[in-house]
Amino acid sequence: MNFFTLVWKEIRERPTAMLTGLMTITLGVAALVAIRNVTFFSERAVAKELEALGANVLVLPKGVTLQDYYSADLHGQTIPEQFVQQLAFSNLEGVENLAPKLCVPARLNERGVILTGILPQSEFQAKAAWQSANLFSKHKGCKKARCVTDEGGTNSLATKRTVQELYKHEALLGSDIAAATGLKEGDKVSLLGETLVVSAVLPTMGTVDDGRVFAHLHTVQRLAKLGEVVNCIEIMGCCEDVAQGLLTQLGDLLPGTKVVTIAQVVQTQVSINRMMQRLSWLFLAILVAMAGAGIANSTIANVRERRREIGTLMAIGASPRFVSRLFLCKSVLFGSLGGLVGYLLGTGIATTLGSQWSGMSVTPLPMLAVFAICGATLVSTAASWWPARSASRLDPCVCFQDS
Amino acid sequence: MFHLESVSKQYQQGDNTVSALDSTTLDIQRGEFIAIVGPSGSGKSTMLTLLGGMLAPTAGKVWFGGQSLYDLTVTERAELRRLKMGFVFQTFNLIPYLTALENVEVPLLLRGDSKSNQRKRGLELLDQVGLGDRAHHKPSQLSTGQQQRVALARTLANDPCVILADEPTGNLDPEMRDQVLAFFDEFHRSGKTIVVVTHDPEVALRAARRLQMTASCVGAELPHRLAKAA
Ligand SMILES: Nc1ncnc2c1ncn2[C@@H]1O[C@H](COP(=O)(O)OP(=O)(O)OP(=O)(O)O)[C@@H](O)[C@H]1O
Ligand SMILES: [Mg+2]
Repeated sequence: MNFFTLVWKEIRERPTAMLTGLMTITLGVAALVAIRNVTFFSERAVAKELEALGANVLVLPKGVTLQDYYSADLHGQTIPEQFVQQLAFSNLEGVENLAPKLCVPARLNERGVILTGILPQSEFQAKAAWQSANLFSKHKGCKKARCVTDEGGTNSLATKRTVQELYKHEALLGSDIAAATGLKEGDKVSLLGETLVVSAVLPTMGTVDDGRVFAHLHTVQRLAKLGEVVNCIEIMGCCEDVAQGLLTQLGDLLPGTKVVTIAQVVQTQVSINRMMQRLSWLFLAILVAMAGAGIANSTIANVRERRREIGTLMAIGASPRFVSRLFLCKSVLFGSLGGLVGYLLGTGIATTLGSQWSGMSVTPLPMLAVFAICGATLVSTAASWWPARSASRLDPCVCFQDS
Repeated sequence: MFHLESVSKQYQQGDNTVSALDSTTLDIQRGEFIAIVGPSGSGKSTMLTLLGGMLAPTAGKVWFGGQSLYDLTVTERAELRRLKMGFVFQTFNLIPYLTALENVEVPLLLRGDSKSNQRKRGLELLDQVGLGDRAHHKPSQLSTGQQQRVALARTLANDPCVILADEPTGNLDPEMRDQVLAFFDEFHRSGKTIVVVTHDPEVALRAARRLQMTASCVGAELPHRLAKAA
């Protein structure tokens, strides 16, 4: 027989004695692991999004409230298109691209769609050449190698939120719309009473843009009879450094508008994560306290019911250290078991429910297992420290008392 | 072996003090077989725990083999018990979740014997008390007499030079009592010091020396005749 046999046999004899303690620690770890998993992956999703969007700035009508970046242009309020020219020739440092947008509801093959008017890059360049203006300059010390690019193709709408060429009679279809209607390049579509030719189907972007139809800004303005207005202007900065500076300059330049960085918009999503994270700290505190109390309680009860056994062990020569180790070893065992089971349970919950609820793919984080097991063991050991110590200080005389 | 020097013990319970043992001076020689007799509450168990190094006296010193027991640390006293003392309890105090063999192995585990040594010696000891065939039974599966014999085997495991027994036969029928007493005689013959607390005149008669305790005093040593009457 060795020390662990002694511990193990006692556990086997009374498997329920530590059950409440084990349960609290398992559930605590499971909850924490689940929360951590979800926040980790949603943070990563947001970070990826932020990176993809870059240093963009949105110019919006004053009264627009921002809930979701992707619907920022769907509000019906407008600003004059003239602001676009004003911006283009104001020589703001670090502005790489401008993307004005006007969104109107339309019907396509009996289906409600959003028709978004955009301005192709070629028009800016033509105008710039005509006015021999210095269009789009890099800011000094910009760390990005390439500032102004003229990479064409429809992919650029996704990556740079602009397209190079788009004629007035052409339309671009988001991938979802194309899939739903079965339309393809070269097909003719009727929008707001005018026939346009589908010049391309856009690649899937994973955003609301997939469900939109794009056409030339001026075509949309004419069809919607709205005059020379836009819903928003997206400004692509060349790098993160300029976004904040642009904000103040733009505010001065375009009175009556609201200027926000996309980072700020995404911050709302980030802040939800932050809240989750703060909540998970709170959870951590509560759960640690609860699991600790559960284990402490179980250990105290265990010490109490084993008083005579402890006295006997001491009478036959067990040192106080041996006695306290009996209980500590048990709590290490329960802590690590609770940590492991809790990790598996929490990961299970996060991977199944997390992906169902938030649509993100959540994969297990093996590092968390280490933290879960170590943390739970630590909490459990700390919680039973005092009861174990009190056991080791029991008067061995208790073994002479009847029952 | 033992020397008690003006040892007294008072229990403090709230406001009132219970005197369990009044100032006592006593010598116990190596190889003695002593019975402590007396009415309930006279402090017999208190005396035994004092000798066992498990209860610090309120005043006085307890010497064990030239060492002042209560000047040692708790751990050192535990070590001393592990190496030199064996206890026998009225209620046997076997560990309920261990088998008979494992119970006997506990003192061997405490002194760090190897697994195979523990097993070998454990089985030997169980054979010695006639329970070789019950090695893998739990205490709850054994009769009271068998339980006390397992406890005796456990007491002998570390080959103690002193055996301290508190009412070792209190829970046994006469036949079992005689069996247990036969073991005590054997220990005594093999040179061990035995201190046994008892109510039972039959047990007291086996001892070479008897101490009568009356209300926390160690009284006169009883001649054989009186012990019988007591
Ligand atoms: N832990 C304790 N706290 C307070 N008083 C105690 C304690 N243990 C014993 N006593 C008191 O000390 C006195 C002596 O007790 P002790 O147990 O030594 O008697 P005893 O002779 O062994 O009795 P019995 O024959 O019933 O076992 C009793 O009056 C008892 O009430
Ligand atoms: Mg007693």
